Amino acid sequence: MNQRADYLSRQDGQTAFVMGDEAVALGALYAGCDFFGGYPITPASEVAEVMARELPKVGGYYVQFEDELASISAVVGAAWAGGRAMTATSGPGFSLMQETIGYAAMTETPCVIVDVQRSGPSTGQATKPAQGDLMQARWGTHGDHEIIALSPWSVQESFDLVIDAFRLAEAYRTPVIFLTDGAVGHFREPLTFPTYSDALTAPRPRAAPGELVFGGRAVPPMAQIGDRQNVHITGSTHKSSGIRDVNSKPVHDELVHRLVAKIADARAELTRLDVRQVEDARVAVVACGAIARPALGAVERVRSQGHRVGFIRLVNVWPFPGPRLAELLADVECVLVPEMNLGQLNREIERFVSCPVVPVSKIGGVAHSVDEIYEPLLSRVEALS
Amino acid sequence: MTKTPGTPESSENKTNPLRRYVRPGLLPTIFCAGCGGGTVLNCFCRAVDELELDPKEMVMVTGIGCSSWIPSPYFLADTLHTTHGRAIAFASGVRVMAPGMKVVVIAGDGDISGIGGNHLIHAARRNIDLTVFMINNSIYGMTGGQVAPTTPQDVTTTTTPHGNVEAPFDVASLVAAAGGTYVARWTTYHVFDLVKSMKAALAHRGFSFIEIVGQCTTSYAKAVGKRSAADFLADYKDRSVRIKKAAEMTAEELRDRIVVGPLRHEEGAAEFCDRLHGLTERVSAAALSEVAR
Repeated sequence: MNQRADYLSRQDGQTAFVMGDEAVALGALYAGCDFFGGYPITPASEVAEVMARELPKVGGYYVQFEDELASISAVVGAAWAGGRAMTATSGPGFSLMQETIGYAAMTETPCVIVDVQRSGPSTGQATKPAQGDLMQARWGTHGDHEIIALSPWSVQESFDLVIDAFRLAEAYRTPVIFLTDGAVGHFREPLTFPTYSDALTAPRPRAAPGELVFGGRAVPPMAQIGDRQNVHITGSTHKSSGIRDVNSKPVHDELVHRLVAKIADARAELTRLDVRQVEDARVAVVACGAIARPALGAVERVRSQGHRVGFIRLVNVWPFPGPRLAELLADVECVLVPEMNLGQLNREIERFVSCPVVPVSKIGGVAHSVDEIYEPLLSRVEALS
Repeated sequence: MTKTPGTPESSENKTNPLRRYVRPGLLPTIFCAGCGGGTVLNCFCRAVDELELDPKEMVMVTGIGCSSWIPSPYFLADTLHTTHGRAIAFASGVRVMAPGMKVVVIAGDGDISGIGGNHLIHAARRNIDLTVFMINNSIYGMTGGQVAPTTPQDVTTTTTPHGNVEAPFDVASLVAAAGGTYVARWTTYHVFDLVKSMKAALAHRGFSFIEIVGQCTTSYAKAVGKRSAADFLADYKDRSVRIKKAAEMTAEELRDRIVVGPLRHEEGAAEFCDRLHGLTERVSAAALSEVAR
């Protein structure tokens, strides 16, 4: 009996009106998630609430832990014991999780960390959305590593993309950051369920007895706890056997270069962009998450007035799709970057384009209106003619 | 080169039958001469052996610090060597998802009761089926002898050069009060009692915890002016008092004594994973019958 299939197929092809956070949780069920460890935090609590309600129905386990440190730790433990594991939090909790996210990167643990971004720093405006964690997702933990981070802009995409997140976590044996925000997380929109298939569950390559679990190829297969292989998992620098070796430069070099390369070298394959009308564009707007919505509205309005403007939305923020952006934006004369922070995405784009990159920052917990992007966009494109 | 587990190497002890529990190719251990870690590993292997547990059905979870190196990498089993303080939290995730495995945490007092203290009390509260052996050497040894939550008052350490103004944690009592259902304290002097207690802890279904007072012959030796393991063991022998006898002693008489023995042993209490797995079974069955209708 396949509980998951039997339960989820009841809604094949149906449409429901749900919240973004809820869609993340529901998508995780389709991706095969069977362990959720969490701790309440606004605006991410709904993910935990839906998981607490739904996960047992498909045979999974929900545990509310004493804090975010325990949540992410249990998620990593559960993943090594065979689980498809997820947690969900927001800025303050995401900060607390950083050390163990680094552990997950170092031990090549597949798991999904949902960060429903809220206004900071510190407690900030606890209930208000922001996009202040773009860099924390990339650089929050110490040491050299690469990360995969995905950023949805709608309820439907929150659902679809979290399935992708689980698949990428397994395919690259890495933590994947699901970088949504308090706006997308609380949108209520129609969500159409796919036809359930076990094929949506991310496959996990498993090591044969004696096969290397921590080296030997870009993404080695896993030996799980209980596989009777005496797997040795450590966040210390380790040899391809898993045994600690912290004093050897070649061992550290080989390990960390491989961890970086397995994701950096797959940059093209991991690039997910929503590109509209940039072929002839003189000015392009580049955004991600909730702010891509007013950004698209502004681009469409300026286009309708006969100006050559384009739109690019980053669906994956990390690894940064810079080389592809550079190609797409090669002939653009100016890039506008609206974001709900004081400048994170714009600086990353600057590294890849030769034209001026103009930040359109807004903080305070209210998303940009279309007008707030339309006006600077129109004035930039008019200034060119 | 892959070695058959249990096959002794020429340079290592060929006679000790417990060698088959030790990951090949790693001896001698990195422990300082006289460290209590070796005694704990020895007692642990003996307990596993006497209980006839299959190490392939065990997973060792550890944190950061000297004591975490007792099972990792030396005990030959699946091993999850985690971040500082989080071993019990990692182990909880493992225990939920690997119900057939015996999940054992071995770590130090700083790891378990300092930085990881919150996970300790909540795991005890849940009565989750984990076996936790906390080696209490009264100091942060690996980092060079800084004061720990277990360091006695007035002791001089590298970070209490003028003496420790704080009171030490009674960790075993804390765990018993928080809900742990097998709780004991022993020292590395009491090796036979310790093996027996480890067997009881491993056989117990629920949160089991042994505080093992053990010697740090480098950092704590320096702090208290002791030189050798023998000095420490003699001290443990002199200062320890059995829990039954302790019940008849006054607080004044118990000052500076080490109360040893089982503090709590309660079989049959509801265990967290049993309840959690039962909940999922119940809720999924109800959901499916709802769908069928």
